[in-house]
Amino acid sequence: MLAWPAGAALNVFACEPEWGALAQELGGDKVSVFSATTALQDPHRIEARPSLIARIRNADLLICSGSELEVGWLPLLLTQSGNDRIQLGSPGYLEASQYVVKLEIPKVIDRALGDIHPAGNPHIHLDPRNIAKVAEVLTGRLVELDHANADLYKTRADSFAKRWQSAIEGWATRAAALKGVPVVVYHKDMSYFINWSGMREAGALEPKPGIPPTPSHLAELVERMQRNPAKAIVYSPYNNPKAAEFLSERTKIPDVMLPYTVGGTEKAKDLFGLFDDTIDRLRATVK
Amino acid sequence: MFRSMWCAMALAVAALPAQAQESDTAKMREELRQLQQRLQQLERRLQETEAKSGKAEEAAQRAESTAAQAAAQASSRPQTESALNPGVSVILNGVYGNFSRDPNTYRLNGFVPTMGDVAAGRRGLSLGESELAFMSNIDHMFRGTLIASISPDNSSIDVEEGYIQTIGLSHGFTIKAGRFFSAVGYQNQIHAHAWDFADTPLAMKAFLGNQLNEDGIQFRWVAPTDLYFDVGVEFGRGRQFPSGVDRNKNGFGSTNFFTHLGGDLGQSIAWQTGLAHLRTSPQDRTFGDVDSAGTAVTNSFTGKSRLWVLDGVLKWSPNGNPTYNNFKLQGEYFRRNEDGNLTFDTAGAALTDGLSSRQSGWYLQGVYQFLPQWRFGYRYDRLDSGTTNVGLVNSGTLSAADFPILEAYQPKRHTAMIDWNPSEFSRIRLQFARDYSRLNQPDNQLLLQYIVSLGAHGAHRF
Repeated sequence: MLAWPAGAALNVFACEPEWGALAQELGGDKVSVFSATTALQDPHRIEARPSLIARIRNADLLICSGSELEVGWLPLLLTQSGNDRIQLGSPGYLEASQYVVKLEIPKVIDRALGDIHPAGNPHIHLDPRNIAKVAEVLTGRLVELDHANADLYKTRADSFAKRWQSAIEGWATRAAALKGVPVVVYHKDMSYFINWSGMREAGALEPKPGIPPTPSHLAELVERMQRNPAKAIVYSPYNNPKAAEFLSERTKIPDVMLPYTVGGTEKAKDLFGLFDDTIDRLRATVK
Repeated sequence: MFRSMWCAMALAVAALPAQAQESDTAKMREELRQLQQRLQQLERRLQETEAKSGKAEEAAQRAESTAAQAAAQASSRPQTESALNPGVSVILNGVYGNFSRDPNTYRLNGFVPTMGDVAAGRRGLSLGESELAFMSNIDHMFRGTLIASISPDNSSIDVEEGYIQTIGLSHGFTIKAGRFFSAVGYQNQIHAHAWDFADTPLAMKAFLGNQLNEDGIQFRWVAPTDLYFDVGVEFGRGRQFPSGVDRNKNGFGSTNFFTHLGGDLGQSIAWQTGLAHLRTSPQDRTFGDVDSAGTAVTNSFTGKSRLWVLDGVLKWSPNGNPTYNNFKLQGEYFRRNEDGNLTFDTAGAALTDGLSSRQSGWYLQGVYQFLPQWRFGYRYDRLDSGTTNVGLVNSGTLSAADFPILEAYQPKRHTAMIDWNPSEFSRIRLQFARDYSRLNQPDNQLLLQYIVSLGAHGAHRF
C-alpha cells in the first residue's frame, strides 16, 4: 500500500513522460519515478485526480514542463498535496521550460487567439539540445536533494551527456534530409522539433491553439495545400487522427503520427528512441 | 496740471506692454528661425541615416526574429510591482428562464424551508450572479483566495469564499481558515460556474440551503498511500442553515467530519467517494408556514441536527484523455436526523413541544461529452420527507393542518441538459426540468444560460 518502493532514495513526480524518462536516465535505481500523464493524454487537459494527489503527496522532486502547460491541474495538486518539499521555490520544484530559450512567446496576449501560453511554447522537449540543458539542471537537483548518492548522479549524468551529444550528432545528420520541408501540424506541440531540424510549419489543423479542428478551417487548409502543398501532416498520439486523415485524403499529402513523447510509439521506449523514431517516421514520410 | 500728469502716466503705463510685446515678437521670430534651422539639419541627418540603414535592412530583418525572441524572453518575467498582483478572474453568467409555475412560490414540500435562496431561478431574461476571484500565494507558507459574488439587483457583494490555506506544511497536512465551501458532500465544494447543471440537486436545497459556506477552520490530512485517502474536520461558526441564525457564541456552531477515498481503475477510469458528517445545534431556527386558519405564522426549531452525506464520482475517458469523449457519473445520498423542540407561532401563541424527523434524499447524474465541444446530461433527484413527529400534533394541541409544509411528501425531479463549450472559458447550456418539489404542482422549468470566465486560468477540482 505504501506509495513508493523502499529501496529508492528519491520519489520523482514527473508531469510528462519525457521528464520521467530523463529522471530515470539520471537517477537509475536511486529514484522511483511516477509519470502523471501518458503519451496518450493531452498534457493541457488532465483531471486533478485523487490518484495524482496521493502520488504528489509523497514526492521529493517534481519535474514539469511549466510555462502554464499544466495550469489546469498542477496548481490544485500542489495546494492539496500537504507536501512542502515540492512547492514553488523549493529545490524539489523544477520547471524545465525555465532553463531553455523558449519559442513563440506571443507579442499579443488575448484569449481570442486561442489557448495561448503567455510565457511561450511549453513543449520544449522536442529540441534535443533542450533535453541536455534540463539534464544538467536535474542532475544538480538530484545531487542537492540526495547528497549521499551525489557521485552516482554525477557519473550517470556524464555518461548520459556523452551519449546524448553523440546521438544529437547522428540525428542532425539524418535530419538534414528534413531541412526546409514544409509540414502541417495538429497543435503547436512540434515547434521545437521543427525549429531544431530546420523544417517549416506550413499550417495547423487547429484553427487556434486548443480549439479543435473545424470543417471551415479544414476546407481552407485543403485550398492552401493545393496551392502550396506541404510534404507531411503530423499529429501526436493524443490527437484524434481524423482531421489529419481527412486533409491527407483530400490533398494526397501523407499523414504520420509522431511519438511526441516517450511511450508515444512502440519504438519510443526512451528519450533516444523518441528522437530516433520521430526522425525515422518523418524521413519515411517525406522521402 | 494734475490732469496732464495723470494722462502722461496713463500713456506710459499703456505703452509699456506694447513695447514688451514688440520685443517678445522679435525674440520669438528669432527662436522660430533657429528651430527651423535645426529641423532642417535633423532632416538631413535622418535622410543620411535612412540611406545607410537601407543597406543593413536585410540583415536587420534576419536578426529581428532572434532579437524579438530574446526581448520577449527577457520581458516574459514582468519587472514592475504589478507582476506580484494576484491572479484575477471574473465569471459572468446570464440566463433566460421559463417556468410554468411562479418561481416566487417555490418550496420543497415535506421539508423545513431553509434560509438560503433555493428557488429554481427567475422568469425571463436575467443576469446571474457575477463572480470575482482573486488568488495568489501569500508567501512560502500560505495561499490566499477571495471569491466575491455580485448580485445583479441590489448590487450587494457577498463573500462566497475568502480563505487562507497552508502550502508550507508537510506530511500531508493542510489547514484552511476563513470562509469556504464546506467539505460536506461532493458538489457543495464546487463553484456554481463549474456545475454540470444550472442549479443544485434538490438534496442540497433541502439539507444545505443550496450550498453551505462556513466561516471556520479546516484541518485535513492526506495519507501516504497510493490509494488516495484523506480525513479532515471543520469547525464552523454555524452562520447558515442547518445551524440557523447567526449566534453570539464563543464556541463552534457546527462541526463537520469528512473522509475521501479515491484512485484509478486502469488508464481510463478515475473515481472518488466521500463520507461527511455535519453536526449542528440550531437555536431558534425559524421558518414560515400557514396555520389551519390560513394565517401566516413563524415557527422555530431548537435542537440537534445530524447530517450524513455519502458521495461518489466516477469519470471515464478513453486512455485518460478527456479531450474528445468523456463521461462523468456523480451521485450523493443525504440523511438527516433532527430532534428538539418546535415552537408554533413565535409571535403569537408560542406553543412549544417536541419535534423529531428522519429525512433523506439522493440524486444521480450522468454527463457525456459526445463531441469535443458538446455534452449532454441527465439528472434524477428524489427526496423523502419521512414522517415528521410533531409533539403539538401528537398531543392534540394542534392539528397536522397547522403545519402544512411538514406534511409527508416525496419530491422528485427529472433534469436534462445539453451544453456547447466553444473553449475552456465559455459554455452555453440549455436545460429542461420537470420538477415535483411542490405537492401536486409539477413545474416545467426551461433555462438557457451562458457562463464565461475571463482572466486567470483557474484549475478545477476533480
